[in-house]
Amino acid sequence: MDFIHQLVQQLINGVSLGSIYALIALGYTMIYGIIKLINFAHGDVYMVGAYIGFAAVTFGGLPIFPALLISMALTACLGMLVERIAYKPLRHAPRISLLITAIGVSFFLEYTSMYFVTPTPRTFPEVMPNISFNLGGFIVNGQQLLIFGITIVLMALLTYIVQKTKLGKAMRAASFDTETAQLMGVDSDKVISMTFCIGSALAAAAGVLVGVYYNTIDPLMGIMPGLKAFVAAVLGGIGILPGAVVGGIVLGVVEALVSGFISSTFRDAAAFAILILVLLIKPSGLFGKNTNEKV
Amino acid sequence: MFFSKKKFKLASMIACGILASALFTGCGGGDSAGGSSGGGDKPAGDEIVIGANFELTGNVAQYGANANNGLKLAIKEINDAGGINGKKIKIVEADAKSEAAEAVNAATKLISDDKVVALVGPAVTANVIAESQVATDNKVPVIGPAATNPDVTVENGKVKEFIFRACFIDPQQSEVMAQFAAKDLNAKTAVLYLDSSSDYSKSLGKIFKEKFEAEGGKVVMEEAFLAKDQDFKAALTKIQTANADVIFVPAYYEEVGKIVKQARELGITSAILGTDGWDDSKVIDIAGKDALNNTFFCTHYFEGDAEVQDFIKAYKEEYKADPNVFAALGYDAGKMLINAIERGGDDGQKIRDNIETIKDLKVGTGTITMDASTHNPIKGIVVIETKDGMRELRAKIAPEG
Repeated sequence: MDFIHQLVQQLINGVSLGSIYALIALGYTMIYGIIKLINFAHGDVYMVGAYIGFAAVTFGGLPIFPALLISMALTACLGMLVERIAYKPLRHAPRISLLITAIGVSFFLEYTSMYFVTPTPRTFPEVMPNISFNLGGFIVNGQQLLIFGITIVLMALLTYIVQKTKLGKAMRAASFDTETAQLMGVDSDKVISMTFCIGSALAAAAGVLVGVYYNTIDPLMGIMPGLKAFVAAVLGGIGILPGAVVGGIVLGVVEALVSGFISSTFRDAAAFAILILVLLIKPSGLFGKNTNEKV
Repeated sequence: MFFSKKKFKLASMIACGILASALFTGCGGGDSAGGSSGGGDKPAGDEIVIGANFELTGNVAQYGANANNGLKLAIKEINDAGGINGKKIKIVEADAKSEAAEAVNAATKLISDDKVVALVGPAVTANVIAESQVATDNKVPVIGPAATNPDVTVENGKVKEFIFRACFIDPQQSEVMAQFAAKDLNAKTAVLYLDSSSDYSKSLGKIFKEKFEAEGGKVVMEEAFLAKDQDFKAALTKIQTANADVIFVPAYYEEVGKIVKQARELGITSAILGTDGWDDSKVIDIAGKDALNNTFFCTHYFEGDAEVQDFIKAYKEEYKADPNVFAALGYDAGKMLINAIERGGDDGQKIRDNIETIKDLKVGTGTITMDASTHNPIKGIVVIETKDGMRELRAKIAPEG
């Protein structure tokens, strides 16, 4: 296999991995955009989503798409519940309290799940035929294309919601200045609740798709993807939706190229070096502007 | 990384808090126990108390819980058969929580509060090494069921007096697989794909390389991943370019399943070799039957062997599930301990002496003899090939000596 061939295959690998990061990063970035909270529990919400999807497929005998929707709906409720119980009482507390609470919620979800589902990894039954396409020597997998497609569709949908709908307008207003928005008649609490609802539903979608694609889920599966998605969100400019997607894909491609052409031992080092570099050089991220309007 | 460290710090703070409160309640419990034994009733007369220190929670809980089940089955069998000289064996469980520091705490609690005469567990090498000091200080023998790292029983060239294991050691596994690759598979080139977050994987890789090159082969590439990784395709695409005869992946089954699946998706057809970390039926669920063709791993026993049928049957009756390798080794450790107690062991020192002299003892996975100079049991290794989702015995390497 020559260099060009390997390069193209690595780009395919990278985009496929990156679209998963992107899917998780979308939820991260939305929540940050509204309440300036780095929701460390997001990766664990993603894990719960994967388990709900797993239960729907395995015990409910449902096909993949209904299972995906059920998982998104239930996880959305979980996200709102978490916000209501853990974050809402801290609305006016310093941001560090909120951050620490998020870490607490993260542990709570991880180890409560571990208690109920046991730490043994579960495997999805075969719910989707896994076809590999061989395009002139390059291997592309049907599920990779599906994940990439879903990521793009969800990003477009979210952008539409945020930019064109009334709810989106309220979100942008609340993000800009919560108190003023409230004075103008925007119900900030409801807007924040909706943000968690949508963000968690996205995480659930990612969880189920990852579960099907990699064929295994476990209670601690959210930790690393959660951190990587955080890097992706910062890279793209935290709070900016297209930024999260681009950041995720760039991160995936960088990881694949580092693994492929330097050494797989440096892969995570490269990912976190990106985080440090972005924070040092351009903290607002690739898509960051010098305005405060972020959703 | 920065944030995970932060998380870690917080976790350890919380853990310390819980620990401190456990210590206080522990003291209270100890006092009242002391009071009642002063009254004259000594419960130790009709039962022998042993400690099961396993990882019941945390990231290696599936290993600890299985080994614990195996141990409990061995003890239940002897108790159902009337115990040892009329005395029942009582197991006190403690949770090593998949962390070295917690393993030490659990061992300390079992030794000082529950007054156990011997300890079994934890499942993972690092946790057994961690508790060995406190066990040695208190003259309580330990059997690590599945701790395959040589350093568990030997320190600075000297055998640790009170520490034993129920399994073979890592260098033997790598040796067997290197020879198998070179001789049975006629492999000339190999790639190592190691879990760089695990000492187990790294030490197996190192020894495999030495032995494989001593056999005339060549390791042409070394790549690494981390436990809990999901996507291996980038490194596998690189490994593909090496076009080696075999790929050696000494790792645990969860990652192994994903690696084999993704390797085959990319069109890698080379033989993939592994070690006892592969030994779990979940590998087949994760990787799929077809992907596992042309893969080989070595492990502690083969479930088709005549001599392991009794154990498998008993385990299935008790737990309604197939045993895995950790359960089998936990059971073996239980059998070893029972044998040592039967031969007149009623305190830690005597049990230790008796474990050291175990000879031709029939355990769940075969027959073992303890090597007193290393505290490793002398036992065979099997090489298993997976064909269309079924396991077949490919080679059986008898114990040396």
